[in-house]
Amino acid sequence: MPKLKLPTPPGLKAPPKRPSENGHGDERGKLQEAGVSAVDWIDERTALSGGARWLMFRKIPRGTNWFYTLGSATLFAFLAQAVTGVFLAMYYEPTTAGAYESIRYVTNEVFLGELVRGMHKWGSTVMVILIFLHMGRTFFWGAYKYPRELNWVLGVALLILTMLMSFSGYLLPFDQRSYWATIVGVAIQGTGPLIGPYLADFLRAGPEFGATTLARFYAIHMLLLPGVIAALIGAHLYLVARQGTTAPPWLKANEDPELRRDEI
Amino acid sequence: MPDENKKHSKPKSTSEAGFPGAFEGESVTRRRFMTGTAHGAGGIAVAAFTVPALGFALAPVFEETNNPWQAIGRLEDFDDQNYVAKTFTATAGVGDVGKSTVYVRKYNAEVDGARDEYNAYIAISTRCMHLGCPVRWVAASEMFICPCHGGAYDPEGKVTDGPPVRPLDRFYTRVKDGLVEIGPRFSLNSEMKRFSPREPGQPIEGIGQYIYPSKPTVRKLPGT
Repeated sequence: MPKLKLPTPPGLKAPPKRPSENGHGDERGKLQEAGVSAVDWIDERTALSGGARWLMFRKIPRGTNWFYTLGSATLFAFLAQAVTGVFLAMYYEPTTAGAYESIRYVTNEVFLGELVRGMHKWGSTVMVILIFLHMGRTFFWGAYKYPRELNWVLGVALLILTMLMSFSGYLLPFDQRSYWATIVGVAIQGTGPLIGPYLADFLRAGPEFGATTLARFYAIHMLLLPGVIAALIGAHLYLVARQGTTAPPWLKANEDPELRRDEI
Repeated sequence: MPDENKKHSKPKSTSEAGFPGAFEGESVTRRRFMTGTAHGAGGIAVAAFTVPALGFALAPVFEETNNPWQAIGRLEDFDDQNYVAKTFTATAGVGDVGKSTVYVRKYNAEVDGARDEYNAYIAISTRCMHLGCPVRWVAASEMFICPCHGGAYDPEGKVTDGPPVRPLDRFYTRVKDGLVEIGPRFSLNSEMKRFSPREPGQPIEGIGQYIYPSKPTVRKLPGT
């Protein structure tokens, strides 16, 4: 029976069978063989299985617990935002005349529209909460220390970008609350000394909230920021896989008596 | 020592360095020249789309804005005691979203100081000078009150309470063909001196006028 060639830890791998040994089983065997050969075809040309093995079969420290899942949880919150956001974009109209009406249509008329929009709306809050819990875990575990400082910096950049996502997305329903919240938010940008006024003008596309402000926020929200966030998540994950995770601070390393010997 | 330096100094031409097939007087290797050309061409290609795109995105920051004078009411709509709310178009072309409110009354010699050509009528902006929420005139308590963070202003628009950093902005007004018109907005410091318009939240008291300079695109009063 052919064995599906999923990434296997080195050492557990059975030697590959010769082609003549395959393909004489029942229907199920043939099906499995087809799957295996398809995966093999790709792997032979991309060598992806090595990378997948590198990413998935990592050594993790003793004492790893549920708190270590907060980063993945944040990632899944981002993926949920990305998927629901793509589908919301199919209905959303970023014009001052049509924005509120299109959101109302999604919420009240579209099949499951209320659910998808609700997931996007409440999911954004969930993502912010998770990102802070993840940050707190990293801080209190001391996991930001050498050699993981760069990953902490990337994480802070991701936190800021998530905040910008929340800010730019808040305007899009274009009701009274989001309109005035954006006026206030842009005015806060404007209080930065010297460059603040110009930053506010850039966000609004002019000195007053105008025709292109909404479109600008929409483009920033759905094109610019998600791309940057996805790229930084890739770098963040790469560093996690490369450096491994830290043990909880309450676990002490096993002492090696050899290292305590006086003689050199 | 000078001799040693000479020994380690870079060869001036490829022929001096002993490259095979070097031309006379050739100062850059062909590999180096090709690398430089490829990088240069790539840089030009990238700049060809990023510079216009950035300019496109940043253009509104540098665009001169001119609010045309617009009529907001007839002369007899206003008296010198009470504020009347009038809507006007702050941004053209976006319908209701571009509308804003202005509180207007007639010039009152007792409170308004010197009379000049632009204050026959007092037009006070509803933008709270904390962060830009809309203030409303509460006639019973004779105050402008902001619903967001508790800013309060006296009938002249001076801050009496809360976080606002300067008095309420005003608009130039004039009378034309029996109609009251409002023009560009201007800001005021606590002595009610006029300044070019600033954003909400930007103090113009003391050092504030220097760390929040007025934007050249909206500067109407030179030097402020």
